Amino acid sequence: MAIELNVNGRSYSVDTDPGTSLLTVLRDHLGLTGSKYGCGEGECGACTVLINGNSRRSCITPVGHVHRQKVTTIEGLERAGKLHPVQQAFLDADAYQCAYCTAGMIVTTVALLDSNPHPTDAQIAEFLGGNICRCGTYPRILAAVRLAERALAQGGAR
Amino acid sequence: MNEKETVREEETRANETLAPERYELFAPPAYHFDLERRNFLKVMGGGVGVFLLVRNPAVLGQGRESGQRRFGRPALPENVGAWLHIAPGGAVTVYTGKVEIGQNIRTSLAQQVAEELRVRLDSITMVMGDTALVPFDMGTFGSMTTPVMGPQLRRIASAARDTLLELAAARWKTAKGPLVAEEGMVRDPASGRRVAYGVLAEGQTLAKTVVAADPPLISPEKWTVAGKPVKKIGATPFVTGRHLYPSDIVRLDMVYGKVLRPPAYGATLASLDASAAKALAGVVVVQDADFVGVVAPKPEIAEKALAALKATWNPAPAQPSSKDLFDYLRKNAAPENAQEEDRFAHTVGSVETGLAAARQTFAQTYTVAYIAHAPLEPRAAVAEWQEGKLTVWTGTQRPFGVRDQLVETFHLPADSVHVLMPDMGSGYGGKHTGECAIEAARLAKGAGKPVKLIWTREEEFTWAYFRPAGVIDVRAGLGADGKLVAWEMINYNSGPSAVNTPYDIPNQTTGFHPTKYPLRQGSYRALAATANHFARESAMSELAHMAGADQLDFRLKHLSDARLKTVFESAAKRFSWPGKKSEPGQGFGIGGGIEKGGRVATCAEVSVNPKDGSVRVRRVVVAFECGAIVNPDGLNDQVAGAQMMGLGGALFEAIEFADGKILNPRFSQYRVPRFSDLPRIEVVLVNRADRPPAGAGETPICGLAPAVANAIFDATGIRLRSMPLAPHGVKQA
Repeated sequence: MAIELNVNGRSYSVDTDPGTSLLTVLRDHLGLTGSKYGCGEGECGACTVLINGNSRRSCITPVGHVHRQKVTTIEGLERAGKLHPVQQAFLDADAYQCAYCTAGMIVTTVALLDSNPHPTDAQIAEFLGGNICRCGTYPRILAAVRLAERALAQGGAR
Repeated sequence: MNEKETVREEETRANETLAPERYELFAPPAYHFDLERRNFLKVMGGGVGVFLLVRNPAVLGQGRESGQRRFGRPALPENVGAWLHIAPGGAVTVYTGKVEIGQNIRTSLAQQVAEELRVRLDSITMVMGDTALVPFDMGTFGSMTTPVMGPQLRRIASAARDTLLELAAARWKTAKGPLVAEEGMVRDPASGRRVAYGVLAEGQTLAKTVVAADPPLISPEKWTVAGKPVKKIGATPFVTGRHLYPSDIVRLDMVYGKVLRPPAYGATLASLDASAAKALAGVVVVQDADFVGVVAPKPEIAEKALAALKATWNPAPAQPSSKDLFDYLRKNAAPENAQEEDRFAHTVGSVETGLAAARQTFAQTYTVAYIAHAPLEPRAAVAEWQEGKLTVWTGTQRPFGVRDQLVETFHLPADSVHVLMPDMGSGYGGKHTGECAIEAARLAKGAGKPVKLIWTREEEFTWAYFRPAGVIDVRAGLGADGKLVAWEMINYNSGPSAVNTPYDIPNQTTGFHPTKYPLRQGSYRALAATANHFARESAMSELAHMAGADQLDFRLKHLSDARLKTVFESAAKRFSWPGKKSEPGQGFGIGGGIEKGGRVATCAEVSVNPKDGSVRVRRVVVAFECGAIVNPDGLNDQVAGAQMMGLGGALFEAIEFADGKILNPRFSQYRVPRFSDLPRIEVVLVNRADRPPAGAGETPICGLAPAVANAIFDATGIRLRSMPLAPHGVKQA
């Protein structure tokens, strides 16, 4: 069955079962491998994407559920060759070690700061609580979120 | 360094070269390794290349030996490897078999080459873990990159610098002596003329061979590029999602694989009906004895095909469960390994005599559970056959080891197998083996197409290997002066790393008993040093309590290792040890030790909820010294990250198993540290630019668990002696 998707502003028609996970469609049908597989049960956050601006676990999202909805992945955050302020903040804060969790962390942070531009530390920990960094780089990730918060508050271009 | 310290240092070194390998998983050696770098110059084209005629035992110590022989000194082959190349134009390429798995060595090694070669950091490209291009390397483990590969590349870069000075001298027909190498150029101070390395390399097909490998090195005390904080180089693709991890590799015409797993360890295939799977469009079923897998044009079809396989299994043999684990280990000490036991046995004086003379005696047992590495990227491989040659992209800490396994499995000549290791989603000691690569290659052979295989999280939890569980017995005696007169510590199964005590005790015996063990086990960050530090440092605080002494004072009273003293004092100072309790449930603990040439001390503050017993680690101060610091930024991350990872093993991580099944093979069932567990972490780095750099990926994890156990005791009066300490909180009376 053909599913129509809008991913990062582009329209796609994908021939698969509607029960196929969005993550599989992104990675293995559309070649967007920035979103990662980590657990397949929505527990690690490595696969996080934005669906209509809300952060969602693509590994447990059946692609049929996002038919004709707006999906944004890590690859869709840059604008005109310029990094999104959250991407830039992670770069500036050196907020990764192996960086396999980074895409999910960044996408989740975009959603966080969009809904709550000035979160407390506890709110950050809660919002990113579903994103595992096995390397334990949380202190730097926290610093990156703060950098991004400031950049966005100062009108960092979206 | 005083004499005592020298002796201990040597003992530590001996322990380091042996201990880490006990549970490193190796493929059996199957053939004579061909060390030549055929076609290398053809690949490189012109320029200046540097080879090493290796007579460097540290590097050769990484020769491929396995089993018992690995503990002996192997006959040293003359390994001719090509390590560094300077292209016309000035681009520098460095080749190493070490791999980047998040420990940031792509950056720290490049810094050292830049320092020694006198070039800009951004002119260097590191080629890592590609078996067709880099010199043989045993693998990235045992904290060997910084103490072994670092100096190795520094020697190579120094030799290259020397070659460039020679080329400049010849070009200008002047003496080499006064010429200066800097900023990727050679300068003649007399005339002020300069020439870029790239210009010197132009038209050269020069390959310098360094014999004896002993060129002069720049002392860390004079470093200007190394020794400075540098962020992860080439990081942009990691924030844009463009970096291709092993699981992201795509090949033309590639299909997707799935492997049929038995329902329990040791269950064998009784029958298979694959007709329904084969009926699915594009599906190929591959069966080779007990190995059964499917390939399909898309992963979701492969999943369907796997589900459509109708297999029956012969029942698995009876197996111990996690409930009887520690009894099992203690009852199954393996006498056939007596020789290995002796190797790690260490006795000074007589423990029995010491105990007889003691005013107070102490005997306790500590245990550690099996835990999983759970790297966020599970095992992944893409395998491609072309004209009998096999290429595999896979996530591994041992690309050459995986290549050897493939060579052996498929009976191929060594040069027919090429393993590439794109920077991967970490390993922590958990990706030494090539199962996934072998499976992908077998499927690809059957499918006649390149195959991608990514293990599910459940497969990663079940079919990889674990950090060994262990039982550790401690006996000790306190003299009338409150000092230890006897110490005995025996580890069952988890390993000998750091089983020796760094404390001055006149009568001591330490040792390790291998046992039969129920789960596949292997390396893990710091290996048994985590278990042995947990036991020893918990016991030290118990003994301090018994002696009525402060945990820190008691340790310092028994310490003559100045470096360990320094880190204990540094951590304590930053922590404001002994701390002042300001609320109920608060407690402070300390732990530390020596491992892999580094010194670590950790102070922890915990808060135990008086109502539900839940434990929160509020603050961690960790002081670490590993000689000269190569990259303070990267080191900070390794140290802080180790605390975070250590929290899991300390408090709640444990593999549960029964009847050959893992009972909690998911992140929803196996809790790993999350943002909500993050304490305030303060890292104190002690730089010893006068000492050679030691590795830092492992040792910093060692002090955390005992510091937390000691803090929980301080908070509640309850002594917990099993890791994980409090998966369900502390039960209080």
